[in-house]
Amino acid sequence: MDPVGLLFYLVAFLIMGGIYAILCLALNVQWGYGGLFNAGIAGFFAVGAYTSALLTAAPAATHLGGYELPVVVGIIAAAVTAGLTGWAVAKICIRLKSDYLAMASIGIAEILRMVIVNEDWLTNGSLGITNIPRPFDGLVQGRAADILFLVFVWLVVGIVYLICNRLYDSPWGRTLRAVRDNEDAARAVGKDVDAFRLQTFVIGAALMGIAGALSAHYFRFLSPEATEPLFITFLVWVMLMMGGSGNNKGAIVGALAVWAIWSLTEILTNRFPAELATRSSYIRMLLIGLLLQVVLQRYRSGLLPERSPGIAFDKDKDKTHG
Amino acid sequence: MMEFINFYLIPGLALGSVYALGAIGISMIFGILRFAHFAHGDVMTLGAYGTLTAVWMSGLHPLLMLPVGIVLVVLAVLAVDKVFYKPLRDLPTIYTVIASFGVALIFRSLIQLIWGSQNEVFIRGVQKPVVLFDLIRVSLLHIESIAIIVVVAIALHYFLSRTRTGRSMRAVSDNAELARVAGLDTEKVVRSTWIIGGSLAAIAGVLAGLDTNIQPNLGWNLILPMFAAAVLGGIGKPMGALLGGMVIGLIEELSSYPWITDEPLINPSYKTATAFLIMVILLIFRPQGLLKGRLF
Repeated sequence: MDPVGLLFYLVAFLIMGGIYAILCLALNVQWGYGGLFNAGIAGFFAVGAYTSALLTAAPAATHLGGYELPVVVGIIAAAVTAGLTGWAVAKICIRLKSDYLAMASIGIAEILRMVIVNEDWLTNGSLGITNIPRPFDGLVQGRAADILFLVFVWLVVGIVYLICNRLYDSPWGRTLRAVRDNEDAARAVGKDVDAFRLQTFVIGAALMGIAGALSAHYFRFLSPEATEPLFITFLVWVMLMMGGSGNNKGAIVGALAVWAIWSLTEILTNRFPAELATRSSYIRMLLIGLLLQVVLQRYRSGLLPERSPGIAFDKDKDKTHG
Repeated sequence: MMEFINFYLIPGLALGSVYALGAIGISMIFGILRFAHFAHGDVMTLGAYGTLTAVWMSGLHPLLMLPVGIVLVVLAVLAVDKVFYKPLRDLPTIYTVIASFGVALIFRSLIQLIWGSQNEVFIRGVQKPVVLFDLIRVSLLHIESIAIIVVVAIALHYFLSRTRTGRSMRAVSDNAELARVAGLDTEKVVRSTWIIGGSLAAIAGVLAGLDTNIQPNLGWNLILPMFAAAVLGGIGKPMGALLGGMVIGLIEELSSYPWITDEPLINPSYKTATAFLIMVILLIFRPQGLLKGRLF
């Protein structure tokens, strides 16, 4: 590959890596801080992506929206609607325990996907939405625009990271971890456990909405395929487990590491003979599935384990920390 | 009236049979291993593809080749339990749930690698419906599905109440600690759970494949209605899951019947959403299920 091609491969890699990093930070707030098993990441991602796309795209007769609002307004609105969706979901199922919350959240995400596919007037169904702008669109053209977008995405990653870190070190974060590690004790000292869980879920969902919006603006096109649970929900879970749940740096490192494995195997499998190459994405899927099992069995606390200043009550954390 | 029976009631019972066969395994695994097995749908898909290969090789009817699919699935789930789930047994079960997501992905990608991702069919050509008394016109497959679920219901009842293994399974499901202290071989119970759950899933996969076609997402698309069925029947209650499956299947089909006006009550493209909705509502208001299963 020539150096220029390589550079732009790297740019594309880091843009998607940044979007995954935001998703991973968001899941870390829900699962890493709060112990909430959200299996419906794709749903909140989709709500954010469609909100921002409909608000910022050019008018079209086939679907709602087309208000040509500034991209930043779209992204903020994406966070708000995804957060509101998260609030509604949390309001009804926050009392559910781990496995049950997983079932409920995946069910709600699937219903959202069904709405996106079937309600043509709203989302243009399977045809999708085109002409979605990027921020600073008229400013530069061509490949330079990709670099500008890269800077923008990582600026957002930086802001999200700072917010997440601030939350982690705040009294709110400490209480949340107490709820996660020992719910009864937290209740006993008078903490409103359900309220903390609800807030956590909403913050995570809003951040997932931001990631959805960024991906819509990156591709300039949005269709139901973009909300496929495999590429959103599943990959993000593997990323967080690999990076180290509870650790924000770990969330970013995990996102980039898994995304690198995913992308590098693509370069590798593209060199396969044609017959195998068509099946290459399944080999990559298989690798990611196996990687998750290795992480779960051998490196449960991830590349960068959580270093909470408090005491860890988790059974497995005691093991890995010795 | 006949239209209701032919196009809604009987297809609903047939769909319910598929859900029930899958939900029994989900319910047993939840009751005994204490985790939601998110790879159960993909276990079904594997059963369908295993049987399909046997049909290709022998040219016989898929239902006759079912044992091949069952054997493949049982070997696969026992291997998966040993390699992926057993090492996580002593940890909070949530790790096994995450592992089962990974297993779902491993199964699906292996299926796509081996068999490709195009749609396959068990039997080509249009199947003639069976006509009874000039009134009832149903597909043979739907009758077969309902017959299978009746046989499974009787066999399961006999197994759980009369055999030693069945009783041990119920004991572990009710109180795992007590069962262990009482000297029951828990690992053996776990094995039986996988064998029964896997076999029924393989049958469900073949029935689902016969009804439409076979593709790698066949089972994954059924996992949520099956969870709904297991929750409805009360987690850890196999007979409850059976009943829950029938109810969910019926509700899904009957939801698009023109109950009030000439229009379907619910747009058929949202049929499956009714199942998810029931599941979510149940989880919130009655997580112990209608039949008072256990609640973790």
